Amino acid sequence: MKTYLVEIKLNGEWQKAEVTAKETLIEVLRNKLGATEVKNGCGKGDCGSCAVIFNGKAVNSCLTLALQANGKEVTTLKGIGTEERPHPLQKSFVQHGAVQCGFCTAGMIVSAKALLDHNSKPSRDEIREAISGNLCRCTGYKKIINAIQDVALESKL
Amino acid sequence: MSNKRKIKESLQSGYQTVGKPMPQQDAWDKAFGKTKYADDYLMPGMLYGKVLRSKYPAANILSIDTSKAERLPGVKAVITAKDVPNNETVTRFGQTHSVGGFEGLYRVLAYKKVRFMGEAIALVAAETQEIAEKAVNLIKVDYEPLPGVFDPIEAMKPGAYQVGEEESNTICNFKVRKGDVEKGFSLSDVIVENTYQVPFIDHAYIETESGVAWIDDDGVITIRVSTQVIEHFREVAEVLGLLHNKVRVIGTMIGGGFGGKEDITVETYLALLTWKAKKPVKLTYTREESILAHSKRHPYFMKYRTGATNDGKLMALEAELISDAGGYVYLSPWVLLYSTVGATGPYDIPYVKVDSYTVLTNNTFSSAMRGFGVPQVCFAYESQMDELARRLNLSPLEIRKKNYLRKGKALATGRVLDHYVAFPETAEKALAALGEQSKPKSPAEKIGRGIASGMTSYGRMVFLHDTSRSYVSLDMDGSVTVRCGVQDLGGGQASSLAQIAAEVLGVPMKDIKVYIADTALTPLAGTTTATRQLYMSGNATLKAAKEVREKLLGKAAKMLETRQEDLELQDRKVVAKESPDRNIPLANVVKACASDGIPLYNVAQFNAPFRELVDFRTGQGQVFPDFTFGTHAAEISVDVETGKIKVLKLVACLDVGKAINPLSVEGQLEGGTVQGLGYALMEDVVLEKGVTLTTSLSEYLIPTALDVVDVENIVLESGDGVGPFGAKGVGEPSMVSIAPAVVNAVCDALGIRVFDLPLTPEKIVKALKKS
Repeated sequence: MKTYLVEIKLNGEWQKAEVTAKETLIEVLRNKLGATEVKNGCGKGDCGSCAVIFNGKAVNSCLTLALQANGKEVTTLKGIGTEERPHPLQKSFVQHGAVQCGFCTAGMIVSAKALLDHNSKPSRDEIREAISGNLCRCTGYKKIINAIQDVALESKL
Repeated sequence: MSNKRKIKESLQSGYQTVGKPMPQQDAWDKAFGKTKYADDYLMPGMLYGKVLRSKYPAANILSIDTSKAERLPGVKAVITAKDVPNNETVTRFGQTHSVGGFEGLYRVLAYKKVRFMGEAIALVAAETQEIAEKAVNLIKVDYEPLPGVFDPIEAMKPGAYQVGEEESNTICNFKVRKGDVEKGFSLSDVIVENTYQVPFIDHAYIETESGVAWIDDDGVITIRVSTQVIEHFREVAEVLGLLHNKVRVIGTMIGGGFGGKEDITVETYLALLTWKAKKPVKLTYTREESILAHSKRHPYFMKYRTGATNDGKLMALEAELISDAGGYVYLSPWVLLYSTVGATGPYDIPYVKVDSYTVLTNNTFSSAMRGFGVPQVCFAYESQMDELARRLNLSPLEIRKKNYLRKGKALATGRVLDHYVAFPETAEKALAALGEQSKPKSPAEKIGRGIASGMTSYGRMVFLHDTSRSYVSLDMDGSVTVRCGVQDLGGGQASSLAQIAAEVLGVPMKDIKVYIADTALTPLAGTTTATRQLYMSGNATLKAAKEVREKLLGKAAKMLETRQEDLELQDRKVVAKESPDRNIPLANVVKACASDGIPLYNVAQFNAPFRELVDFRTGQGQVFPDFTFGTHAAEISVDVETGKIKVLKLVACLDVGKAINPLSVEGQLEGGTVQGLGYALMEDVVLEKGVTLTTSLSEYLIPTALDVVDVENIVLESGDGVGPFGAKGVGEPSMVSIAPAVVNAVCDALGIRVFDLPLTPEKIVKALKKS
């Protein structure tokens, strides 16, 4: 099958990968670039656990073709913050108990980050709307919303 | 604050670590994306597995031709039933204690009769996922489709289509008998009789079933898998004809379980593929495959007849329960037993008759899901309570208060409740927390509120003779290691063990490292199911840590020339209680113990109460170690034109005994309530003649952030649980009674009742038209 060389600026570093035309961004991120923090919950854009920031917006990487990302910037959870340089959202999620099984967490924090990038003082309803494409089966969402709102209110960004 | 003062204050405040809200130890790694889940692991030379599944719910397999698949370049193993050393094993329930009575056939791969759509027929391992998928499509299966039976009531009739080969469709029947129920009805002034129905429910964890297996250099088949039960290693070994100790299961952090990863999922397939291909193999289900192939919560038909006197005292309850087990037995008998014992709810009823049946059909098989048979009956008995209240002109709270069980009272099964029973206060507090009733925003909007109470067991059935083991040790620097074979679902199973060890040994949380879920290296702690880990493994860890503490303090007493009982462990120090300036660093005591050969490690086993099997003809006997009691309250609005229900307020009030980590307890209450809200309003695995129509998360709907409101938690702590520090379990109890609270709220708003879940707008509009 014909392959193409793509270059993606993943979490601030340019990376190269050989991809086929039908390969999705999540496949390349997880299987070829080692970004296993991006989770696959459905492969159909229903659950949001594969969300990444692409072109400044949170998108489902399972619905994005790898070729679309050629020459573009992609930010995953690890690009938002690390153990050495944690992002306030990561700290807030942990401290509020917004992380249970943790499988939705990567996509959730990505959606929250994309929201706060555009709207630094969202209302609770705006937060609900922003994460409505991210399914969580453990928490009931309250602590997730609290975690995001707390970062916004405290202007911890 | 000076160190001395801090020590003195914490000595006076009771617990140092237990009862303090704190993030779970593993939350940080999850927030940084460092945690590896099953599908994140890679192995050198790893192959990809794929399962061929039946396209019919009922059929004879006439032949299977795998030759084309085997010839496809890149295919390294193709397995059908004939290649499996022991394709059929019979499970006698109970990992450590054979109970008898029921036997569940575990068939790895179908070879003669297909019993549900999606049943596994063949396995493939290939160099890439694409080749594996292609190979599966090259396997030719000749089917002879059979009529099948898809309704448990039909399946029970004589002459019905037989789902299995030899076994009858009706798996089992339980009875509870307390007095002559007809006498109870003759003493009743009001009798309400209704039939309730609940659908198949999917666990819808966000992580689908997944694992990686390999043969280790010592020949041990090793499976790293997302599972609630690492102890399935025994069943996997039996399928392969190996000694139990030649199969090792390592549990990963689980991306949600809720009972759906309690039965074997990918483990056996992985073991077989790696055994045949002699290479590491990964197998991860797609979402569609997950919905088709893993267990479901049982649909139930429930006929209830409940009688009360004019002043609201319950006199009689008669229930007939029929559950749809689907194509295989799995845990259906036990789920049914939970429903049967739980059929009367938390009420004191003098005359009771319950008959229950679980029945094979050609639907997807049913098994464990959060609540294990209790959410179904809770929906029915709590709907009945409100119907009685309406007939008697009593408030929902009044009628419940007249009938709640109390400590010292017996269930219909004769079991006396020997611990604190948190009624009526959970109901009073939950209802009060709804506050002032909201006002309708339009003429079409009706507001209603409802409550529902539940009692849910924690810990496994006492005739299973459940045990858990945990290891605690101190290292030379005073750091603590816990090894315990718990599986962590994200509820804080591992982290709560760290808190318990930290409390007993007087060290901060960061000094504790917990190793979990490895059948080769961690003492076996049983399943993360039945809301049992805090109770069982918490108690085992408490016991192990206490024995280490005794040895430490014995040595320290000699070093400080004082009595052992005058010493306390605080902030990495052994401290004299009365004069905190007399203290020794913990590490110094450890070193002194090491020098003297005093062992500072301990493996402790905690045994649940062991009882004999309950009498299935009368239901008399003890089934559960203890119960968690609670009440949910809900306020909703219904649009009478569109039937749309909007949730306005949700309250969960439970007696948790003692909240080891209040943050985790709240997490369970909030998450469980929202999961139960899904049960009430939207969740429904739709099957048409055994064919699943809802195979994605855009068809099988679970609550999103827009469907819910913030759950208000009311956490009561009676301190009277049988877990460590008086704790009770909350994982399952947190979801049991919310669905009937919502249904009762809808009934309160409209004056009409819907008897089958979920309450979709279509059903509401239909019910409104009918009235």
